[in-house]
Amino acid sequence: MVENKRKLLQGNEACVEGAIYAGCRFYAGYPITPSTEIAEGMSVRLPKIGGRFIQMEDEIGGIAAAIGGSLAGLKSLTATSGPGFSLKQEALGYACIAEIPLVIVNVMRGGPSTGYPTGPSQSDIMQAKWGTHGDHPAIAVTPAYVQEIHSETVRAFNLAERFRTPVVVLYDETVGHMREPIILPPPGALEVIDREKVTCKPDEYFPYDERFEIPPLAPFGTGYRFHVTGLNHKKDGFPTNDSKQIGAGNERIMKKIDNHLDEIWKNEEVDLADAEIAVFAIGSTARSARYAVKEARSQGIKAGLLRPLTIWPFPDKAVTELSKRVKAIIVPELNLGQMVLEVQRCSKKAEVTGIHRVDGEPINPGQIIEAIKKAR
Amino acid sequence: MSTPVSAEKKEKISVPFDYNKYLRPNKLPHIWCPGCGHGIVLKAMLRAIDKAGLEKDNIALVSGIGCSSRTPGYVDFNTLHTLHGRALPFATGIKMARPDMKVIVVTGDGDALAIGGNHFIHACRRNIDLTVLVFTNAVYGMTGGQYSPTSPLGAIATTSRYGNVEPPFDTCEIAKAAGATFVARGTAYHTLELEKTIHEALAHKGTSVVDILDACPTYFGRMNKYKSATHMMETMEKDGTVSVKQVDKLPADKVQGKMLRGVLHKIERPEYCEQYASLVQEKAQGK
Ligand SMILES: Cc1ncc(C[n+]2csc(CCOP(=O)(O)OP(=O)(O)O)c2C)c(N)n1
Ligand code: SF4
Repeated sequence: MVENKRKLLQGNEACVEGAIYAGCRFYAGYPITPSTEIAEGMSVRLPKIGGRFIQMEDEIGGIAAAIGGSLAGLKSLTATSGPGFSLKQEALGYACIAEIPLVIVNVMRGGPSTGYPTGPSQSDIMQAKWGTHGDHPAIAVTPAYVQEIHSETVRAFNLAERFRTPVVVLYDETVGHMREPIILPPPGALEVIDREKVTCKPDEYFPYDERFEIPPLAPFGTGYRFHVTGLNHKKDGFPTNDSKQIGAGNERIMKKIDNHLDEIWKNEEVDLADAEIAVFAIGSTARSARYAVKEARSQGIKAGLLRPLTIWPFPDKAVTELSKRVKAIIVPELNLGQMVLEVQRCSKKAEVTGIHRVDGEPINPGQIIEAIKKAR
Repeated sequence: MSTPVSAEKKEKISVPFDYNKYLRPNKLPHIWCPGCGHGIVLKAMLRAIDKAGLEKDNIALVSGIGCSSRTPGYVDFNTLHTLHGRALPFATGIKMARPDMKVIVVTGDGDALAIGGNHFIHACRRNIDLTVLVFTNAVYGMTGGQYSPTSPLGAIATTSRYGNVEPPFDTCEIAKAAGATFVARGTAYHTLELEKTIHEALAHKGTSVVDILDACPTYFGRMNKYKSATHMMETMEKDGTVSVKQVDKLPADKVQGKMLRGVLHKIERPEYCEQYASLVQEKAQGK
């Protein structure tokens, strides 16, 4: 029997293990605090298992090479933080329109600009959705524990392959640099989705065949010679100026996600069944919120926590339902108000207030307890 | 007057090269203007690929954004039209994932040396096995004729109406200094010579850069008062260059101010993917 392996790992190290577990065999990136340990870890691990690592000349090169590697058949990863995530945006949009599976990790740090490199932050939540120009699908997962960084990195690769799209793993510096015991699952314990194989004859293959909701992607160099471009294209991948086809293509890449929200959404609920006050939080802030909710309960306040592990697409349904049964929703986040806007959009009845902090310090449970009491 | 020719020579003349073997005929006509040099370069590239005996399935042709970067759409390989300036890192990813594939990059001078300049020098430094064809028309064609990093001093462009005051790059000098192991220059005018040069570049293991002088009659030509596309090619490509093979035989005044054509630099140095593969082999054995 294969044993579970118990280890003490840092969040970023767990990300490396998760990526390798998911079958990632190519990493291209550029070092930046607080994500660098991912690049370092991949550079050590990949050659040992026949994978490949390259340190590119900048973040744009990192994501571009990762897209190239993925198109040539390897599950590919790039990791970065704040300023590097900004640099990757153009190519992120390319992966969306060209429908190339890819995982991008953004370990969030204080901004704007160089900001506070070693400080935790959650200020790239909107950038993960709206950072690149043009309408495009966005999937972003938000682990809060070292163990979860491992499993959510695996899930990110699965979603990328399943939906043929880039997926962002978004967590803050606190979780990225924290060390916790984790159990490394044996092969087979977690689901791993591999790229769908193309089996049709080469002359019947269309990389953007609209007969499929998600057309399979044939790797370059496997006998299916086709064209890939970031221009709006037809089913054969060649650019088009036809407004019907442009519209249909743009809508298809959104719909392939929107039609499967239940498969992509993932939430953890803590003490929500009878809650009157709910907290909505991700990452390290959710850890403070969990503590605050327990503390409030011990003081007789019916508080609960909704913790999304998928922040994009936004968990509209869960928030709307919650808002109908609680009095208030409190949204603590390490920024000046991003998720709170989405919660307000989805809230039908409950009053929504934010707790915001951008001084490089985490939001502590005390702040949240205070807000819970105030909202009562 | 007919002169007797040998059977072999006759065949060479009478059987024209079948470009359709490599083109995607249903993707034509191309977008290039009449007189544009890009099509001549494309044809030389296809003849060189044919001569090299490369398999279509095994070729990835990667470009950035620009008129020249539209080349991949017209040819029947694994083709990738990427982002402005980023052809080289995309190609690097493909090559690392599939070192057995022949990866060729076609890029404009703006694409390769302005927005993509950093990727250019680092690809050369790594000596990764990519064949890089730089279509140097000394202007940004796609966006309507702005000056580029290879526009000569004094050149008129839509963003240098009073004459360009920025000195140009010498693409070959940069490639060589950055570490490319094969560096050559060709022109669209000397098309047979260009075919040979590209063929040699394809045969080389490592980063090979061919700087190809070609012409944008629509913008550079008109703004700089060239009478026609051919006048422009004759002036810039024929009269503006000398072959490395002739340069020592010519008097100094015939060489003054001209660019060198031919293979300018060729050395052997470990190739990046091979180096990486031996590292993988070592680590797999637990060393
Ligand atoms: C990020 C980005 N910046 C600018 C552009 C606009 N743009 C498209 S092509 C081009 C220049 C093309 O010039 P060159 O690479 O020399 O190729 P040519 O068109 O002359 O063949 C520019 C500036 C773009 N597409 N993307
Ligand atoms: S604009 Fe210039 S470079 Fe572009 S196709 Fe026309 S002639 Fe060629």
